[in-house]
Parts: sequence; C-alpha cells; structure tokens
Amino acid sequence: MKVFRILLRDIRDSFRNVFRNFSLSVASISCITITLVVVAVSLILSVNVNKFTKLVQDDVTIVVFLDKELSLEDCKKIETKIKNLGNIESVKLKDKEKIRQEFMESKTYASIMKDWDTREENPLQDAIHVKVKDINEIKKTADTIEKIEGVDVAKYGEGMVEQLVSIFDIIKKASYIAVIALIIVTAFLISNTIKITIFSRQREIGIMRLVGSSNINIKIPFILEGLLLGILGSIIPIIIITYGYVFLYDNFNGKLFSDIIKLQKPNPFMFQGAALLLLIGMVVGMVGSLRAVKKYLKV
Amino acid sequence: MDLIRIKNVKKVYKNGVTAVNDVSLNIKKGEFVFIIGETGCGKSSLIKMLYREEKPTSGQILLGGIDVGKLRNRKVYKIRRKLGVVFQDFKLLPKLTVYENVAFALEIFGLPKDEIHKKVIKVLDLVGLKAKLNQYPTNLSGGEQQRVAIARAIVNGPKLLICDEPTGNLDPKTSMEIMNVLEAINKLGTTIIMVTHDIQIVNELKKRVILLKSGIIAKEYAEGEYKDEGI
Repeated sequence: MKVFRILLRDIRDSFRNVFRNFSLSVASISCITITLVVVAVSLILSVNVNKFTKLVQDDVTIVVFLDKELSLEDCKKIETKIKNLGNIESVKLKDKEKIRQEFMESKTYASIMKDWDTREENPLQDAIHVKVKDINEIKKTADTIEKIEGVDVAKYGEGMVEQLVSIFDIIKKASYIAVIALIIVTAFLISNTIKITIFSRQREIGIMRLVGSSNINIKIPFILEGLLLGILGSIIPIIIITYGYVFLYDNFNGKLFSDIIKLQKPNPFMFQGAALLLLIGMVVGMVGSLRAVKKYLKV
Repeated sequence: MDLIRIKNVKKVYKNGVTAVNDVSLNIKKGEFVFIIGETGCGKSSLIKMLYREEKPTSGQILLGGIDVGKLRNRKVYKIRRKLGVVFQDFKLLPKLTVYENVAFALEIFGLPKDEIHKKVIKVLDLVGLKAKLNQYPTNLSGGEQQRVAIARAIVNGPKLLICDEPTGNLDPKTSMEIMNVLEAINKLGTTIIMVTHDIQIVNELKKRVILLKSGIIAKEYAEGEYKDEGI
C-alpha cells in the first residue's frame, strides 16, 4: 500500500513537474519531436528503398535454355529436377512453340517473326524460367542448373546482376546505418536536453536528499518525467508516420514516378514505425533523465 | 543520555585544508547547543558531517548509535530521516506552496494524504504560518520563509534539528522570532544544534556554547555560563 502510494505520488509529480517547468519541458519535447521526425522520415525512406530493391531483386530470373532435340516429357523432367534444387523460388517451363507464339503476338518481335514460316522447324529453344530465393547465390544456382543433362545454357544477366546486387546491398546497409546513427544521435540529443532540464533542478534534488529521500525515491519521478516527455515528444512524429504516410501513399497511388517503384503499403508498416518511434521516445527520455539525475546523487 | 558522540573527528579537504581537527564532543538528548566561531573555523564542516553531507577523514560520529561516517551513499537517507536541517538560505522550492513545501518531506514516507494533512497543519500552526499555507515562498518575508523551512525540518518529528546560521539573513527582531520558534521546538524534546555568528542571540538564550577556533574546540560553556566574550 505504502509503495503504491509513493508510486502514485511519483506519477502525479511527474505530470505536475512537466507543467511546472513548462519552458524546459517544451524545449525537451521540441528536441524529441524534431529528432524523431528526422528518424521517422529516414525510416520511411529506408523502408521504401528496401522495398524497391527487393522488387527489383525479385524480378531477376535465370532463363534455362534446353537442348533442341528434347521432347516435352524430357523438358518436364528437367523442370522437376530444377524445382528440387535448393534456393529455388519458382520454376516455369515455356516450350518453344509457346515462345514462338508469344513472339509473333508481340509488337516488338512480330516484324522479325512474320518472315518465318510456321511449317519450317522452330529455331527457338524450350526454356525454363527460374526465380531464386537468395539472389546472392544466383551464380551458384545457375552453374548447378547448367550441369543438368539436357540443359544447354543458363542465363541470368551475369555481371549486371552481381553489380546490381552489390549496389542494392550497399544501399540497404547505408539506410540501416543511417537509421541506427540517427537513433543514436537522437538519444544523445534528447538525453542532453533532459540533462539541462534537470541541471536547473539540482536544488530540488538536493532538497529531496536533505529531507531523507532515498536515491531510488529521487530517481523514479525524474524517470517518469523523462518517460512522459518522450511520449509527448513522439506524438507529432507518430502522426507523420501514420497519417502523413497514408496521405503520401494515397496521393501517389502507392507508386513513385512509375510502376517500377512501388511504395511500401502503410499497413502494418505505419503501426510498426509508430511503435518504434514511441519506444525510442520513451526509452531515450527515461535513460536521459536517469543519466542526468545520477550525476547529482553522488555525495 | 547522549544523542551525539563525536570522537576525535578530523576533516581534511582534498585541497589540503584541515577544517576540523581532532574534535570530541557529546550532546545529550533534548539539549540546545550553539556552535560559534569565526568564519572558516570549521563550524559548518562539523555539522555537515553530522547530516553526512561530508565524511570525516578520521574519527567517529555516532548519531543515535549509528556511525554516520561509515554510512554508504545510498544509505544516507536513513540518517536524514532522523534529523531536520535548516539553512541560512531556507532552501525552499519556489514552485511549491507553503503547504506543499512542508508536505514534500512527508510524502517520501508514503503516508496517507489525510495523515500528511494533519501533520502539516499542526506544524504550520506551531511556526505560526497556518494562515499562509497556500502562499508561494516568493510572497513571504525572510522570517516567514525560514519558519516554513523549520516546519519542513521538524514535520516528521526528528530527534535532532541542525540549524546552519538560520538567522544569518534576518533582521534582529525577526531573528528573535525564529529563536522563539526554535526554543518552543526544543521544549517539545527535540535536540537542537545551531551554528551562528549572532552573539546577541547566544547571550540571550543562555544555552550550552561551543567555541571553535581553527578547527578545534577552543572553549566550552555550560548553560548560562557564556557571557559576551565575542568570537
């Protein structure tokens, strides 16, 4: 009961102190808000860059050309063999007749194909389109496929794909580093602002010690105050990541510039982002307060 | 029975200054003791060691049987709850009302609200500030602010009240009013140790007096013995 009463008083005091030290609280809240807005924006950018790179990666296909003399039965057997290899996402067999048909129907190739007599032997090869799970392993998978009997060649845009993969890898890592670095900078900035807020209340801490408050009794209201400042400071960034992002997504119809760059769907991303921002605000607020208050508890 | 036993206490600060040098002193329960001396003679250092704001370099300070010097930092609150401290600059929180400033010292114990209310009103009545409980310290005179500080120091019923120049910022008339409050508290059984420069007060109250000079006890006077000899 006694502990409960003390905790209730601490919660009441933390609310009161936010208003009693209004200008300093506003400074702390503004600092938290500004830094978390930057984190929110970088989070949106990072998630969408990653989404784009994943979409491009998903589009990379190994085209396996099969020997001309194979029957459809043989082709299907090879398709099954490939399906059973590791790192295979999907496999789709396209027989040469179907490919010729597609070529003839396509605007681009129709002019070339019109000179071909359908009665003549089909010059094309049967092909299997393979999508891989891990694009980093594409070369190894293509090499394994090429060793299967009946496979003529396995093409996936060698050289370019590797280059693309390494560029995307750099972008991904850079965006993660940027977000983590921003979170660290945010933590540092917020904790220092709160430190200044508490610095001005050294006298209060001194009086609390003087009247017999234990260190933990002194720390708790300040920690709760930091938590409250963190929550208040994360409101605007949360609004930006939820309403702002939905607005952006709806206005651009879920894509940027062209169909290639599709935006990350707001749900569940905005909720996860909002939870992350709230968590950063709360943890950083509490840790900042604790760091500052600890300094004044040394005798 | 002794409430305080100070044995061969020495305090040397980091800069090499010896503030208190081999002081031994016993103070009985219910006593009112003045500590006087020139500026820099070690008065404040001695009482700071009593409420464990400073640690003795050597020697022992027993307060109600507890070795204050050996208390760990995180256990200091245990001794602070047994005593009250009043300063020259009052040390009130300007954003809290008179009532809240006094209640502040009780809330840390987790007492029920109505119990806190009863105790605060009782003590504000004792110091004559019951009518000003909703005022902020900045609206009060120096004497009134000091009375709030005294009320806060005694609200949890400490056995010992330490006063560090409580009348230093006050005019003679207000100083005497504060001394009357302190005497009343002393009569209720609280031991009082008061550091002061104000010889007029020491002369009038005729309590036990300890004269410090360069960190040592130069002279001790029993109750009524001290006659204006200066400091």
